[in-house]
Amino acid sequence: MTFLQFLITGLSLGSVYAIIALGYTMVYGIAKMLNFAHGDIIMVGAYIAYFAMGKYNLPSFVAVMASVLVCTLLGVVVERLAYKPLRKVSSLSVLITAIGVSYFLQNGAQLLWSSAPKMFTSIIPADTIKLFDGQLTVTYLSIFTIVVTLLIMVGLTLFVTRSKIGKAMRACAEDKDTARLMGINVDTTISITFAIGSGLAAVAAALYASAYQSISPTLGSMPGIKAFTAAVLGGIGSMPGAFLGGLLLGVIETLVKGYLTTQLSDAFVFGILIIILLVKPSGLLGKRYVEKV
Amino acid sequence: MAKVTELLKNRFFSGKKVNRTVSYLLVIFGYVLMIILMKAGMLTSHFTSLLVPLTSYIVIAIALNLTVGFSGELSLGHAGFMGVGAFSAVIISGLLLPYVPNTTLRLIIAMLGAALVSSLFGAIIGIPVLKLEGDYLAIVTLAFNQIIKTIINSIYLGYDNNGIQISFVKNKLNLGEGAVTILKGPIGANGIKRISTFTAGFILILITLLVVYNLIYSRKGRDIMACRDNRIAAESVGINVTNIKLEAFVISAALAGCAGALYGLNYSTLTPAKFDYNLSIMILVYVVLGGLGNIAGTIISTVILYILPEQLRFLQDYRMIIYAVVLIGIMLLTNNSWFKVQYYKISKRIRKKMREKKGAAA
Repeated sequence: MTFLQFLITGLSLGSVYAIIALGYTMVYGIAKMLNFAHGDIIMVGAYIAYFAMGKYNLPSFVAVMASVLVCTLLGVVVERLAYKPLRKVSSLSVLITAIGVSYFLQNGAQLLWSSAPKMFTSIIPADTIKLFDGQLTVTYLSIFTIVVTLLIMVGLTLFVTRSKIGKAMRACAEDKDTARLMGINVDTTISITFAIGSGLAAVAAALYASAYQSISPTLGSMPGIKAFTAAVLGGIGSMPGAFLGGLLLGVIETLVKGYLTTQLSDAFVFGILIIILLVKPSGLLGKRYVEKV
Repeated sequence: MAKVTELLKNRFFSGKKVNRTVSYLLVIFGYVLMIILMKAGMLTSHFTSLLVPLTSYIVIAIALNLTVGFSGELSLGHAGFMGVGAFSAVIISGLLLPYVPNTTLRLIIAMLGAALVSSLFGAIIGIPVLKLEGDYLAIVTLAFNQIIKTIINSIYLGYDNNGIQISFVKNKLNLGEGAVTILKGPIGANGIKRISTFTAGFILILITLLVVYNLIYSRKGRDIMACRDNRIAAESVGINVTNIKLEAFVISAALAGCAGALYGLNYSTLTPAKFDYNLSIMILVYVVLGGLGNIAGTIISTVILYILPEQLRFLQDYRMIIYAVVLIGIMLLTNNSWFKVQYYKISKRIRKKMREKKGAAA
């Protein structure tokens, strides 16, 4: 029964990673850049939701929507100002710029909202359901998180595979120049991708902050790195891969913490990433391109 | 006299090796200047305390440039090697304390030990990692960095009259008479004897320059760069790509370990959390802004980017924001096509003028 308990906790943590990883993987797929500032967008999202609920007493749903809106805008603005001028230069320059944006957001948050952690009230009532005569306790939050993630995954898959914009996104990910020749506005498509990724980050922020109930300006860095790992684990650029990688990472982390050791859990998580990449160098569901001479 | 200047010109100020001369001159000039200012009492104690970490960052930045710039592998985990080096040096120095009272000798032994241990780690990590490419390699080095940090975080080590004791995860040390605990898990090490000096750092930079320049100007160095520029072409002319890349990686790791040793033995307390990926990223920023494959540039950018935020402390909370804006600004400006064109025009004009001057002299 404890195993089931850990599994549910792990799935709910993994769901949060999966949502963040989806943002990473979409941006990587289309812009071919490691967006190091993604984690800090999560942090901004958490603060917006906090202030919307705490200061303006908005209902949690409206607060999360406000946070999604702000993060979407932020993502687009960052992309337009910092990443767009660098689209044609080496990926390392873009990486450094992304690091600069990350520093900017983190220190800006520290300046605006102070570095002291703040109490975050859960967006979902903190009730639990008891199953099997009380042997298994499931919080509403974890059920809600898993359901929301499934909905997002289904919605996003439909969007990317069925809609016109989704088609444009896939075309740009494959070959930007050809996509442009086909009449696709590449810049707009990339902006939309950033908007979706950042909006997802805001949703993940509300769920993550609800689980840990405390927010600080460095909140984004750990889930950011873990989700990044999850995206690579699943095969960066692949959406089902990000989903799978996120869930897997969350479950592994929780099981290691539950059964083995809390202190070394990060070592296990990253160790598994390394082993999987050594066996499958492009991740679980990633495509492998053979270099032709 | 003319012969001497001619020799100097040909040997040190011509062709591609001018970068080497500039690097050595920069380092020696910087060292002499700092020593004079220190003797004249013109440096604040805060500034003096920055010197040893600065030398250590210069060494690791050069080491990272060897990996990222010359070998073309984006490593986000060099802080891990630095951490390995720092803690090995702390352990070695701590264990040798009763036997080797001479601090200089102990520092040298600790540094050599650190270089050995971190090059070992470099080999263990490099063998699997260097098979991967691009961003996958980046994330795996980052993962290794986090693993190393987590592992150092859970080591407890100490000794008493009966010998050394070590335990993992939980503090199970049972020390008797004459007990000294060196590592205390997440708390790290405290009560370290501070034996690093600015002069030691200066010498380490010189050694690093010697190693790296001799490597990249040798046949092996050309192999390394050939593998970076075109792996397949390099393989087809008979270069063993994996070995060459591994060699560069191990040397880079060893140098990073030395930098760590210098850094670790400069503070009385040291926590493993210091050596996480944020530090790796900070050093990567130094390297990229200094220029990939440009060692003189790396030295300059490390000095500016390390000293500047420290000297901007009066700006308090705003300083890191300014740092971030400067970072983004530099990246946008240096990659701006208008600026590139202007730079090209100016450098072309200068070259033309120099050629005319030469022609007139002849």
